[in-house]
Amino acid sequence: MFNCHFGGTVTMPNVLSVENLSKKYGDTIAVDGISFDVERNEIVGLLGPNGAGKTTTINMVLSVLEPTSGSIHIEGIDVARQRSQALDCTNFAAVYAPLPGNLTVYQNLHVFGLIYGVRHLPDRIESVLEQFELRRFRNFKSGVLSSGEQTRLCLAKAMLNQPQLLLLDEPTASLDPATARDIRTKIREFAMRGLCGVLWTSHNMYEVEHVCDRVLFLSHGKILLEGDPKTLPREHGKSTLEELFIAVAREPLALERV
Amino acid sequence: MSLNRTFAIVLRQFYLVRGSPARVLPLFAWVGIDMVLWGFITRYLNAVSSAGFDFVPVLLGAVLLWDFFTRVMHGVTIAFMEDVWSRNFLNLFATPLAISDYVAGLVVSSIGTSSVGLIVMLFLASAIFGLSFVGYGVAIIPFLLVLFLFGVALGIVGAAIVLRFGPATEWFIWPIPALVSPFAGVFYPLATLPTWMQYFSRIVPPSYVFENVRAIISGHPPSVNALIWSVVLAVIYVLLACWVFTGVYRHSVRTGLVARYSAETVS
Repeated sequence: MFNCHFGGTVTMPNVLSVENLSKKYGDTIAVDGISFDVERNEIVGLLGPNGAGKTTTINMVLSVLEPTSGSIHIEGIDVARQRSQALDCTNFAAVYAPLPGNLTVYQNLHVFGLIYGVRHLPDRIESVLEQFELRRFRNFKSGVLSSGEQTRLCLAKAMLNQPQLLLLDEPTASLDPATARDIRTKIREFAMRGLCGVLWTSHNMYEVEHVCDRVLFLSHGKILLEGDPKTLPREHGKSTLEELFIAVAREPLALERV
Repeated sequence: MSLNRTFAIVLRQFYLVRGSPARVLPLFAWVGIDMVLWGFITRYLNAVSSAGFDFVPVLLGAVLLWDFFTRVMHGVTIAFMEDVWSRNFLNLFATPLAISDYVAGLVVSSIGTSSVGLIVMLFLASAIFGLSFVGYGVAIIPFLLVLFLFGVALGIVGAAIVLRFGPATEWFIWPIPALVSPFAGVFYPLATLPTWMQYFSRIVPPSYVFENVRAIISGHPPSVNALIWSVVLAVIYVLLACWVFTGVYRHSVRTGLVARYSAETVS
């Protein structure tokens, strides 16, 4: 089922390896030399206040934004050199990237399934329609769906090619709590089932604590903290992840010294 | 290049057109109206002019060929604009889709949409006004080829302009055929133009088409050398257009315009 071929190594590489990644816009540094990995069956939370560099990082991994320096390898494949091969085994869902509203649910999945080269596409479309409870909307124009239904459609598209690397930028932002919990469970199952890794951004610390195996706190383009979301707050003298988040947002320099 | 990915871009266009009368109608309505309008104008001119000169192949034939060129150009640009209007760049360009797959998909989509217009124009012009391309002989093949290639080139350049300068610049690209038409000599011999305009005409491939159309109608053989040169010129323009589009795309990836397309910046 996997489309990817590992990039010339005998041992299986990390799903995602980012090294010294930077992005500058003139004098403004959006991302400042960050390095991190996402391993198989691991969900990594990329956290930080607005403007910290989370979406910029995701855009660089998706190859829609060129890094100023540094490297990105997906499944050992250099994104800068072999973009199409690297993105073959990647997919994403973002709250700011709904699928075209002028195509039906089925048509959107069909078009993107072809772009990702999904095998047995009709069966796979039926499977994700079922998985994300979209079957009854299959012939509805995507634009008329509620925001929650559109989010589920984006997630269905993101799962269509069963990617080894799944990038999720606030995937549950517009979902009600019950649906959000179902979605989190599905993504968790997806990450644990195959050889997949997930990079997840969210401002919902409850969600992050329950879903992520590891979190990276970003502030002003740098990774300030890294660790297990269940133990990290105590390690830094905070009682909850949300308190730690607020501290990162307000006093990043203080935490940098910890 | 991946045929599957190119097909996906074409399929997206097909789905859009199939499900929308607002997209189907313009494929043939405006060119159909052009045929009827210019058909009656040529009839009137035939009636009031000296005997022996037939305006149908000169004017109606020229309008048909020019409309074909315009439909090709707009076919490429509209297929691209669909992704602008639906804010689909991030979804598309964060996939394995290569620029060559994407541009090829736009061109194939344009072949489909412009063919509909061409068939309707041929039907109306021949059935109602008696226009026949038989007199053009095999020269009709390079005529259509040059107009198709130049339409593709301008369509890709139009898409590059919108990608570079933002959605609001779409209004710069629709009138491009009108800007080119005086230099193409659609309705008059190039000798009619002032010298400086004739220099420009030499680098506009359709000008060779319309000069040869008039030559054939006047009973002269087409200039094979001129037609070969116009095909070569049109191919050069297509390659240049692809180079420009790729350059603009790379600039957009470098500056973040693809990821934040609606931001509209000329920086």
